[in-house]
Amino acid sequence: MTETPTLEVRNLRTHFFTRAGVVKAVDDVSFTVPRGKVLGLVGESGSGKSVTGFSVMGLVDPPGRIVDGQILFKGQDLAKLSDEEMRKLRGNRIAMIFQDPMMTLNPVLRVDTQMIETVLAHEKVPEAEARARARDALGMVGIPSPEERLKSYPHQFSGGMRQRVAIAIALLHRPDLIVADEPTTALDVTIQGQILAEVQKLAATTGTSLIWITHDLSVVAGLADDIAVMYAGKIVEQGDVGEVLDHPLHPYTHGLIGSVPSRNRRGEPLRQIPGMTPSLLSLKPGCAFRARCPRAQEDCAEMPELHAWMPGRLARCHHPHLEPREEAA
Amino acid sequence: MSASLAEHAPRTFSDTETPMVELRGVSRRFAKKLDLAAKLARKLGADVKEEVVHAVDKVDLRVRKGEVVGLVGESGCGKSTLGRIVAGILPQSDGEVFWKGQEVGTLTGEAARQSKLQRQMIFQDPYASLNPRMRVADIVGEAPLVHGLTRRSEFDTYVDDQMRRAGLDPAFKRRYPHQFSGGQRQRIGIARALAVQPEFIVCDEAVAALDVSIQAQILNLFMRLRRELDLTYLFISHDLSVVEHLSDRVVIMYLGRVVEEAPTETIFRRANHPYTRSLLDSVPRIENRKRAFTVVKGEIPSPLNPPTGCHFHPRCPLAFDRCKAEAPALREVAPGHRSACHLNDAA
Repeated sequence: MTETPTLEVRNLRTHFFTRAGVVKAVDDVSFTVPRGKVLGLVGESGSGKSVTGFSVMGLVDPPGRIVDGQILFKGQDLAKLSDEEMRKLRGNRIAMIFQDPMMTLNPVLRVDTQMIETVLAHEKVPEAEARARARDALGMVGIPSPEERLKSYPHQFSGGMRQRVAIAIALLHRPDLIVADEPTTALDVTIQGQILAEVQKLAATTGTSLIWITHDLSVVAGLADDIAVMYAGKIVEQGDVGEVLDHPLHPYTHGLIGSVPSRNRRGEPLRQIPGMTPSLLSLKPGCAFRARCPRAQEDCAEMPELHAWMPGRLARCHHPHLEPREEAA
Repeated sequence: MSASLAEHAPRTFSDTETPMVELRGVSRRFAKKLDLAAKLARKLGADVKEEVVHAVDKVDLRVRKGEVVGLVGESGCGKSTLGRIVAGILPQSDGEVFWKGQEVGTLTGEAARQSKLQRQMIFQDPYASLNPRMRVADIVGEAPLVHGLTRRSEFDTYVDDQMRRAGLDPAFKRRYPHQFSGGQRQRIGIARALAVQPEFIVCDEAVAALDVSIQAQILNLFMRLRRELDLTYLFISHDLSVVEHLSDRVVIMYLGRVVEEAPTETIFRRANHPYTRSLLDSVPRIENRKRAFTVVKGEIPSPLNPPTGCHFHPRCPLAFDRCKAEAPALREVAPGHRSACHLNDAA
């Protein structure tokens, strides 16, 4: 029970100091990822889910800055590390997978060059051993004939295969934590299914923890253990995946799940959330979802706390869906 | 099926026999021209051939008036190319396209113009498909003005109406596309397509780039407009849940060919083709918790060099010898349900 979680983020605030004003992209975000577990970080564009991931990786560039909070990786605060210390961890103990694998891959280097380089950056091993590790990693993510494929350039792979290579690179050092930012969004469904199956297998066998950042609730439903829903820089709901998806507390989560087509009767209008996501530059005080919320009342002008309405079920709302619920479908 | 294809299709509701749009044996090939070096090499006797992609390979398709047909497939299956041919913005290499019973190639003058005007398209990327240097009023109003659907003196009211119908505030009509969010930009694209009063709309991945909550808004708009304006849609998407929700009938494509077509319920309950079934199994669903993702083996082959016989055979769990040698024909397996699989012959 008292095992140190792989990652514990406490009150993280990452702000961007732009000419137009301060953008509070991540504003007081806390979550925990236990060993071997998958956290689904869900939100729409501009909700701050990717910036949260980048903050954990120490990859926030100016004008952005982590202004407050702790990022405890196995008890060690990453926010306090120097660039050099962070570089030793990044790619080694924590790794990232991006939506576009070409962000990871160098188009003018062969895959073996890049992979061996990654191994040698963190460990002193003979090159032959590094190559063997690279080959095994490619095999592990389901790339056929890895020995030959090592000699290919990134452009010689298809999109799905490229994403596998990026995942293989992330796995080279058997990291404790992988931050995956929409890694299957650009892929076709059959290929996405393959990648998700591989990832599921890996998380189960290697004990690697995952933060899976996505806008797609149905991917999270099948993959994650826990879910955190973000809206306008804050986590609005958090808890066990099944619990949250079956009985959402926050009206935003409720609306989001309701607008998934398969949750609606065919041909009938989808239950939509009115309006659009607010600009982070002009956030009014109080609950950011207030203007779109069907349950909003006067007291929503005051920002609600992330409150545990039930054991393990957090929601940032004054008027959550607590009533005995009708069928969600 | 053999409903008489009359030369004319008068625009009456009773005339449901003639489809609004029909494709017969339509193919589209894209060839990569040889460069100078390759041409020289060929002159010198080298075995250099032009690379030809069969983006669409002998496709038959019918869309009846008032129907919403979902066209589903993965990247490179030719669904967008087919959509463009149907919309009349890309010529086919082979085959015939009929608009209300008349072969489009035989139409001339006003009839040809009308047939094109009545088929409009809405694109995936609402930013790339809107001219960034034009104000919304001009984007929406240019075509109707040119085609005489409105006059200068009525231009403003006309544009206001079009914008309102697509859920846009006419107060914003002096703005440029970059001043709008993704969902609103898509509404501009919709307003532009509807401004010429079309009867038939091809939506090419029209909601794929949008967030879930915005996607729901746009899908609801599509359904409302269909009712109000009596529109017919060809809805192209890779997202099966969107297609399931919206369509009356679904057509599944794989590497340039139609592999299955059936009413929506049938496709989702009793899919016949192994590819359709694998596709349905691969789709993550919000109802499925913490389960092993099922996997279709292999990658989508390159359309430059598709497999012999049935294009799906290298990935098909049920493939047998005949599948390698012979392409299966699209055949009726139940009324209104057609599938291209050799297994149906064995049964």
